[in-house]
Amino acid sequence: MKRRTTLTCFALSALAASSLLPSLATATEPLPVVASFSILADLVQVVGGDRVKVSTLVGPDADAHAFEPKPADAKAILGAKLFVINGLAFEPWAQKLAKSANYQGQTLLASQGIQPRHMPPEPGHTHGHAETDPHGWQDPRNVILYVKNIAKSLSSLDPEGASSYQKNSETYIQELNALDQFAKDQLAAIPQPKRQVITSHDAFGYFAARYQIRFLAPQGINADTEPSAKEVAQLIRQIQRDKIRAVFVENMSNPKLLAQITKDTGVTLGPKLYVDALSSPSEPGATYLKMMRHNVTQLVAGMKLN
Amino acid sequence: MMMILETLWDLLIGPFAEFAFLRRALVATLALAVSAAPLGVFLTLRRMSLLGDAISHAVLPGVAVGFMLSGLSLGAMAAGGVVSGMLAAALAGFISRFTTLKEDASLAAIYLMALALGVTLLSSHGTQLDLLHILFGSALGVDAQGLLLVAGVASASLITLAAFYRALVLETFDPVFLAASGARRWQRRGWLWQQLFLMLVVINLVAGFQTLGTLMAVGLMMLPAVSARLWHESLSAQLLNASAQAALAGVAGLLLSYHLDTPSGPTIIGCAGLLYGVSLLVSPGGWLPQVLKRPHRVG
Repeated sequence: MKRRTTLTCFALSALAASSLLPSLATATEPLPVVASFSILADLVQVVGGDRVKVSTLVGPDADAHAFEPKPADAKAILGAKLFVINGLAFEPWAQKLAKSANYQGQTLLASQGIQPRHMPPEPGHTHGHAETDPHGWQDPRNVILYVKNIAKSLSSLDPEGASSYQKNSETYIQELNALDQFAKDQLAAIPQPKRQVITSHDAFGYFAARYQIRFLAPQGINADTEPSAKEVAQLIRQIQRDKIRAVFVENMSNPKLLAQITKDTGVTLGPKLYVDALSSPSEPGATYLKMMRHNVTQLVAGMKLN
Repeated sequence: MMMILETLWDLLIGPFAEFAFLRRALVATLALAVSAAPLGVFLTLRRMSLLGDAISHAVLPGVAVGFMLSGLSLGAMAAGGVVSGMLAAALAGFISRFTTLKEDASLAAIYLMALALGVTLLSSHGTQLDLLHILFGSALGVDAQGLLLVAGVASASLITLAAFYRALVLETFDPVFLAASGARRWQRRGWLWQQLFLMLVVINLVAGFQTLGTLMAVGLMMLPAVSARLWHESLSAQLLNASAQAALAGVAGLLLSYHLDTPSGPTIIGCAGLLYGVSLLVSPGGWLPQVLKRPHRVG
């Protein structure tokens, strides 16, 4: 299945390249690119600069897992020369949408080449098949790969802009390295046993692995499933035993249950974290870099109280 | 002896004593059991057992409008849900009065339209939040505000039911008699009682959705009601039995959800379903007594 997709991609891109290059050579208007969700759109915009026109299917503060494409989305894809998706089954609807829209352009899996992590098997559930964790962008070093992939794709579609894409991505990679360093510096102040955080959604796998933080996101506390009383009880006990004060919700989930848990344990709920989507421009997570810096700052502030 | 008592305490009381969230879930479930289950009995008597499901879809557009106007506010979403549920029920009643369609047929048509409208409203708002999860809570996440809503609705609906009990019973069993009775003119209007009753159903369901989730709200209303009808001939006994079964299912479901690590809402409904199964077998109106009562064939 995967091989066939890749082959199709190759075939399509060859086709696209042969038919589109002549027209592109003379075109001065920006290259139309569609990104599946807000974080990718931000990366494409940074790399592409003025030479690309990015539109996003799943906008800020919206959940790419639960997205249902509309006809307008198919139309947006049809007008694009490049469709950037994360891959790793983050947007299972994306390939289907591209196919049903009869999209002929290139599709880029931005996460190509990163070392995939597996979701921890859910405790207490016997069907322990490990799923791939799609939230690769939570580790800035992965995003360096994302950016390189994007720059490569854009350059192949628009060779004239190659040097500009190269320059933009190099500048951005420096910023990503700075972000990585910032996170490490900030976290240096937190001793290992205090690096425990409770969140509403287990999307921090890559982040946790990079910065050695233990994220507790018990099954059922996330929005997808109905919780059992036992899980909630265990979480409360754990908060009390380990004196965890760092409790956060992310920007797209229902904070009700976690809010109640914090109330019962006398913990104050930390500010929103931005995980699967950027925030609206007025809030602190409007770009990838801002989002990550916001998350790091808030998490560190929370863990200091542990 | 002490050992047994201690084990019993750990099994039955301990969880509630230790965890505030379980106590809140218990209070919300009990309040809903007391007020929703009797309404379920009236629904089954009126052969409208599936109305709860229909209404649970019909509230969606109102909840969506409430969400669009004021975000994740419990009050706004509840008010919107009540308004659109009431509108759907009233419209269905209106259609069945003035056309040849029966109430259930017109309600089916209305709730499907309302559902479509609700989904369209939600998606046109642009957000891709999984609203079903936001609109419909879990018993374990009930907060003080939600508790107040359930308790308020339960009190209001019980008092209303008590005050208009006679009229409602009459309207349910013998609307012709009600119309011809010596009551005052406005009291003889059957549709008045019907609308009042439907309003009670709607507010109970909305309170139930917000705090316990759709499945729970409709399940706690209907399952105990259906099985209570198997046990008694008299209406008042059926009403009490339904409330008792709903309360028992609530307590047992929460305890099982705690001990067996299962989702709370479905476990509570599962317990109500179990009680229904037992009732089907051993209650006076159930299978076993019917078999035993069957007269022997004279050979």
